Formats: sequence, structure tokens, C-alpha cells
Amino acid sequence: MNKQEHIAIIGNGISGVTLARHIRKNSDKKITLISDESPYFFSRTALMYVYMGHMKWEHLIPYEKDFWKKNRIELIHKRVVNIDVENNVLHFEDNDQLNYDQLVLATGSVPQYYNWPGQHLKGVQGLYAKQDLELLEEHAPHHQACQRAVIVGGGLIGVELAEMLHTRDISVTFLVREPYFWNTILPQHSAELITNHIKKQGIDLRLSTHLKAINSDDDVKVKSVSISENNQEIPCQLVGLTTGVRPHIDFLETSSIAINKGVVVDEYFRTNVENIYAIGDCAERNYSLGHRPAIESVWYTGRIMGETLAQTLCGNPTKYAPGHWFNSAKFFDIEYQTYGWVFSTPKTGNAHFYWKDEEEEKAIEIEYEVATQKFLGINSFGIRLRHEFFDQCLSSNKTIDFVLDHFEQANFDPEFFGTYYHQIKVKWQEENKKANA
Amino acid sequence: MALENTSFTGNAAANLSNQQKIFLFTGFSGLFITFIASFNAIQSQLAVWLAVALGLISIGVIGYSRELYKNTMPGIKNDYVFFKSLTNRGIWAYALGIFLTGFYVVLYFYPSYLGLNESGENTGLVALFDPLSKWLSGNSASQWFVYGVFYTLAILLFGMKFLWKYRHNKYQRLRTFSVMFFQLGFAFLIPELMARLNSDSFALPYYDLKNIWPLNYYNFEQYRVDEFISAGNIGLALLIFGILSILVITPILTYKYGKRWYCSWVCGCGGLAETAGDSFRHLSDKSIQAWKIERWMVHLVTVFVVLMTMAVVATYLGYDAEKYWLTKPAFLIGSTILLTAVYAWVLIYKREAFKKDALIAGGGFLALIITLVSLHLIGWTPHLFFIEAEPLRASYGFLIGSIFSGVIGTGFYPILGNRVWCRFGCPMAAILGFQQRLFSKFRITTNGGQCISCGNCSVYCEMGIDVRAYAQRGENIVRSSCVGCGICSSVCPRGVLKLENDNPNNRLNENEILFGNKLNLKDYVQ
Repeated sequence: MNKQEHIAIIGNGISGVTLARHIRKNSDKKITLISDESPYFFSRTALMYVYMGHMKWEHLIPYEKDFWKKNRIELIHKRVVNIDVENNVLHFEDNDQLNYDQLVLATGSVPQYYNWPGQHLKGVQGLYAKQDLELLEEHAPHHQACQRAVIVGGGLIGVELAEMLHTRDISVTFLVREPYFWNTILPQHSAELITNHIKKQGIDLRLSTHLKAINSDDDVKVKSVSISENNQEIPCQLVGLTTGVRPHIDFLETSSIAINKGVVVDEYFRTNVENIYAIGDCAERNYSLGHRPAIESVWYTGRIMGETLAQTLCGNPTKYAPGHWFNSAKFFDIEYQTYGWVFSTPKTGNAHFYWKDEEEEKAIEIEYEVATQKFLGINSFGIRLRHEFFDQCLSSNKTIDFVLDHFEQANFDPEFFGTYYHQIKVKWQEENKKANA
Repeated sequence: MALENTSFTGNAAANLSNQQKIFLFTGFSGLFITFIASFNAIQSQLAVWLAVALGLISIGVIGYSRELYKNTMPGIKNDYVFFKSLTNRGIWAYALGIFLTGFYVVLYFYPSYLGLNESGENTGLVALFDPLSKWLSGNSASQWFVYGVFYTLAILLFGMKFLWKYRHNKYQRLRTFSVMFFQLGFAFLIPELMARLNSDSFALPYYDLKNIWPLNYYNFEQYRVDEFISAGNIGLALLIFGILSILVITPILTYKYGKRWYCSWVCGCGGLAETAGDSFRHLSDKSIQAWKIERWMVHLVTVFVVLMTMAVVATYLGYDAEKYWLTKPAFLIGSTILLTAVYAWVLIYKREAFKKDALIAGGGFLALIITLVSLHLIGWTPHLFFIEAEPLRASYGFLIGSIFSGVIGTGFYPILGNRVWCRFGCPMAAILGFQQRLFSKFRITTNGGQCISCGNCSVYCEMGIDVRAYAQRGENIVRSSCVGCGICSSVCPRGVLKLENDNPNNRLNENEILFGNKLNLKDYVQ
């Protein structure tokens, strides 16, 4: 019997683990999964629940320890410091090394900082890795140790961090650069809805506000932050920098693997080095694909990339074809789902239809093509929608009328919940009448 | 600080507000009255003292719950669940567990300590409840009446707490109203009032109509059947209802709605688990090992209850052929044919739904039953299952009826979670689960590719189902143990899970590649 090909995967996040599982499903290849963050795959998306006391760390491990042995996936809990691409060898921090036949980079992201004065101080941190959660326990264990935290950056991680700190009775000031929360992605009405919801929780949300500097008395520990707009100083014991993430590729800079913002890959996730691939947050596509950004730092796409590359590595070369865009999030108590594309301002030739129930804090926003009435995408707040329904609507170029006529089928809320299709439809018809009059 | 072994700093205990402390004190004062009553400290004005005690307990629980939720926004707020001693197997959890198990031991085995006196006037705690019992049924209280009052009160009060906690979720609210209604009406008031109809010439057995055999394992014992028969048409109707309940009504309702129609909407054990036990639901063991133990244990109990009931019924049919139109051979042969038919149907139509060990174990038990029934009918064995029915009945009553469902099932809430009995021991749940797994429209649908593997669903599943394992693969959840409480769907932060009754043919959707991906696997296979 021939010696099985050895595939080494750096990174045991959702991309790397999905890849390993699917390679095992389809082949007998030798698989090694390497991470310096955590010995076992864990659900990054659930880190917040450990801090809030909804879950324990052990609950974040989806597979029992047997799983890796049973599936013959070798685990290495070490840091890779260097890749010798000529000889196909990985060098670890402890001078150990590992030979591979194929290498996959799935190293994910690190928090992105923008060179603010004082960003190195103790008490300043992002929220991405397991280690960040451990830091947070140290910096903000309770409101006696941390009376106020300042969060910088109005995105999904920022609002999670706000919710987390809020449960420990820590006052939160939330600095957002845009006029409304997540306004770069959400259209104004719905950004406003979320903005109001965050304020209602008791979060001191400051819109159109920029961080100027992080201050300290002793150049060790954070004391306060200063704001550009009015030079105001806000005393705080924790600064959460949640201004986005960037690919985790610093250790590749000396290698001959081509990098730009991320590891540059083609539609098969191939890098410039023949037997090296990259997937997930750390990969940057060298071609365009619909409206998708070149670096997709989204949990779901990481998983899809893992599924796809497994095919290629098992002898079935498969291009990245992720289907229709979807995503989800939760802003305190408001669940958000999106299918297809809804932009913060409609693209040329498109328009938005917006419906909301102010009191119930529920809303939907649909982007459609004006000339053809073609349905392009939907944002939903506080109403659960069926993925399969919208995937089919998008694939078969349905109109917005069709979608609203069949909204009952799209509903995924629990049984006995209130339904809104009638109200939504009435509003659409009224707006249409006005437009045609 | 490593996350694996932290006992986080979240200072939960200190978070009690003054109002909460007052309501806690109020509730415990009520309990304290019942406690001193147990030592005969209360001799007069029993009705007043009882009203004061129950009133204080009620005010305590309701007030405490209100304080707990009044400043929160509607939504899932499981904050601090794993920091609190009571809900994270800390010292308070063990203290409560010991108190509850102690109470059950006294209740089942030493009711005289509660003041029960069957030959004269009650004393102590039971006497405290005499006025209420006399007012309802006309009879003196028993230890079971005392238990029934506490049980019903627990479901009503903690039900109100649950209603507050889930005020944003209509499914949870309706389900909770339902268990509160069935407990108060069917389990408590109706049987008590039915007792008023009894006279010297007419007596109905104490019958909680929603308590179906085999959960109500004693329903077909001779004294009850005799009482049913001697109570004329009403009694006969009740007896027929009892038989139809398990053979006709449960399969139909489970087909339409899944076993949740019973386990989390009607059942008293489920009702207590969902209300008073709600704070402990996350303690259920989710390991594959626990699942293995569950499958064996709950089905062994089911076999036990079937054998025991057959033996008990056969005994009295045997010695009084005049009194019952059903003869012993007819009963035994009929039961055996029914069991054989179920097994044959599974083998022919539902084979793929079972693991091999389940088919073999099922076949083994069936072969054993057929052999023993045959041997007995041709007269080779004096007793149906080698031993007399009475020790079989008594040991079931002791081991399963008392120890498992009571002492362990409820006493261990704070340690093992709130559905230990339902999951590992309840034969009714096993039969409904069998129906649910094989023919039902019910499933929990996974919403395409939206699962983020966070694991809230698995943690808060009281039945120990690793919901995430299915959801992250995009598969629907069709498990015999699922009681359809809907909490997985409620705690899901991304709207991934939905309890549904739909076409039974497309319940299982095992995909290789998740939804939201254009990959076409068929190309690969060909």
C-alpha cells in the first residue's frame, strides 16, 4: 500500500475543522490539525456566553475527545513560526518540525487596530480569540474592578462585547464613528431601530464619535479615553477595540507565499505555491465574485470554503461556489437574518421597501430592482425567516410581489407567534399605489 | 486565568436586591410554618395557619420572580446560570437535593412522621391539611393530599415565574398555561371532587384522567378494576378510557403533534420539570455515553412494566373467571399477539430507523415473553414469569414508582437536571418516543445553513440531546426522547430551530454538504 498523502492544516477554527472532517469523509489521507489557540476546536461564536454565564467553556467544544481519534485527525497544540515551502516543512516555536505533502492555511483573523496612542496599554483589548476572553476576565471581572468600559467600533463584535459587560453591571460607553449603529451595512431605518434598541438597554451609545487617544497615568494601565470631537475625557478601566479584524498572516511575511491583505488565492483556494492553499478569514481572493468582498471574514463562508476545498484535495477539483449570500447576528434581544444583498443605500436602479412594527421592534427591509421588480435581498429584524425559501426565490429570480405573497411560507418563527405578512403586504400595496399614481 | 477551571468571579449571590431578600424571607416563613406543624406545634386554628403558610409561600415565590424579571428586557436572559451555586451544582444545590430526597423518603416510606394516622385523627403536617381536604373531598387528608397540594402549588407558582421569564415567547407561555391547567384541574381538583360522589354503594377509584398507563402503572390492578366495574356505566367508561388512552389516543396525538402533546403540555411529571425544574434544565448530561445508558434504561423499565402488568392482570383474571368476561388465556394471547404485531411491523417497515442492538434486544424480549406465556398456558410453570405477580408488582412500585420517579427523579433535580425520570425511567415517555420516532409529523427543523454551532441548544436541552450536533450539519432533529419543550428554539440566537408538524416523509434530511453552498455532490459521486 502506498503511503497516504499528508495534509497539514494550520488553524482549527470552523474552516480548518470543516475541511478536516470532509477530507476524512472522502478519503483515507493523513490529516494534522494545528493550533496554538486551543487544543480542540471550539465554537468561537459562543465565547460571549461563557462570560455571561449562559455556558461553560466545556460546552463550547462540539466534538467529544474520542471524535478526533476515531476520525484519525492528528491534533497539534503548538505555534507555527515558519514555513519552509522548498522542503515542505513546518517549524514550531519549540523547534519541533513537521513534514507535509499539502498545506492549508486557515489561520483566521486578529483584531485590527489603527495605531491609536495608548493601544498597547493593559486593559485595552479586542475580542476574537479564546485568550481575549481570558484577558477580559482579568480586566473586567465585575463592576467593582471595572466601573466603566469604553467600546470603540460599531460592528457585530462591539455589540456583543457591550451585551457581555452589561450582564456584569459594568457601565458601557460605546463609540461609533457612523451616524447610526452598523450604518455601513444597514440602511438608515433599520440602523436606527438597532441604535434605539441598544440605547434602551442602558448603553451610553455615542454616534458620529471618534477615538482620539487612550490615556494612562503610568503608561501601564488604561485610565481613560479621549474623544476627537469635543476632547472629552471618559474615565474607564477597560477599552474594547472592536474596529474589525484583519487576516492573521504576520508569520508568513518572510515566506515566499504571496500575501496582500490576506493570503492571495484563486478560485480553487490555491496560493502561488503549488501545494499550499488558504481558506477562511485569512484568504483573499484574487478575482471578484458578485458582491462578496475579497476577504470574507464570516463564519459561514469559512465553513463553505472548508467543504469546497475538501473536494479539491480529495481529487475532485472544485471551484468556490458559495451560493447566495446569507448571514445572521443578534443585537441584544433583536435577532437579525439576511438573505441575498441589501445595501445601506440601494444600488443604482434598485429600491428599498421597509416595514416595521415600532413597538414590537420587528422590521424587514427588501432590496429590489425597480424596472423588473426582481427580489434581490432581505434583512429581517425580530422575525425568523426560512433560509430555503429565500434561496429558492433568489435562484429563480422571483419578484418582490411573489415574495410578499408567499411570506407565510417564509416564516420560521415558533408556533403561535404573531404573524405580520398581512401588514407587510398592505404597506407594500399602499406604497406601490402611491408610486403608480 | 485558564477558562477550563475558573469558577468565575461573577458575584451572583451578592446581587440579590433587598426586595428579593424580603420575598425570600416571606416564602421561607411559610415553609417554616409547615415545618413546625410537622412537630405538632400547631394545635388549633389549623385552617388559618394553613392559609397563612400557603399564602406566604405564594407571595414569596411570586414576589421574588417579579423582582427577578421586572428590570430585564423581554428575551433570553440566562445570565449567571453557571455562576450560581444553586444552578451550578454548588453547595446550595446539594443542600436542596438532600432536602428534597429526604422529603421523598419520608413521604413514601415513613408517612407517620408527617402525622398520618389511618386509624384515627391525623396529627402534625397531615393534620394541618385536613381542613382543606375536608372542604374539597369531605375526607381527612393523607400524605398524598399534602404532597398533591405542594406539587400543584409548585407548578402554579414556578409556572408563573416561567411565564415571566418567557413573556416574549407565546409557545412557551401557552405550554405553561396548559401544564398549570392540567395539574390544577385534572390532577388535583377533579379527583378530589370525584371523591365527593362516592357513597357506601358507589365508589370510583382515585383517577387522574390524564395519568395514562404505564406512567400510572397501577391503573389495571384488581382493586381498581373491581371498583371501575362495580361503579356501573361511569366506572366502565373510565376503564375503557384508560385502555383506549394508551392504545388509541396516544398514537393519534403523537402522530399529529409529537410526544410533546403529553410530555410538555399535559403530564404532571413534565409539568413540574418544566416549571419548578426549569432552573436545572442545563444540568442534563449530553455525552454519548449518557445516551447509551438512557436507551437501555428507559426501555428496560418499559419491558418491566409490561411484564409486571401482564402478570398482575393475569393473576386476577385467572382465579375469578365468573367475574371478568375476559379470560386469562385470551388476555395473555391477545397481549402477546399485540406485542408481536408491533415488533413485526417494525421489522418490516421501520427497520432502518433502529440500530441493530435495539432490534436484537427487542426481539430477545419478545421471544422471552412468548416462551414464558406459552409455558404458563400449557401448565408447565405455575407462575407466569416464574415468580408470583405480587412481588413483581411490589418491586416495581418500590424501585420505579417510588425510588426512581420520586426520590431520584425529583430529589436530584439540582444535581442531574430536571428530566432524569422522564429521560431514563418513564415507560410512558419510552412508548410515546417510540411512536414519535416511527410515525409522527413532528420534527425540529434546522434552518438551512444558519447554525453557528454556539451550543446554547444543547446546553439547555433538558433531555440531554446534543441538538447542536444535528443543527450544525443542517439536519432536522427527530429523536424519540425529545419532549418538544421548544427551549432549544427559544435560546437559539440565530433563529435556526423550529418545532413543526409537517409531512412525515421529509422529516429526515441528511445532507453531506450544508445548505447555502452550490456544491453539487452528485457530480462527485458519479
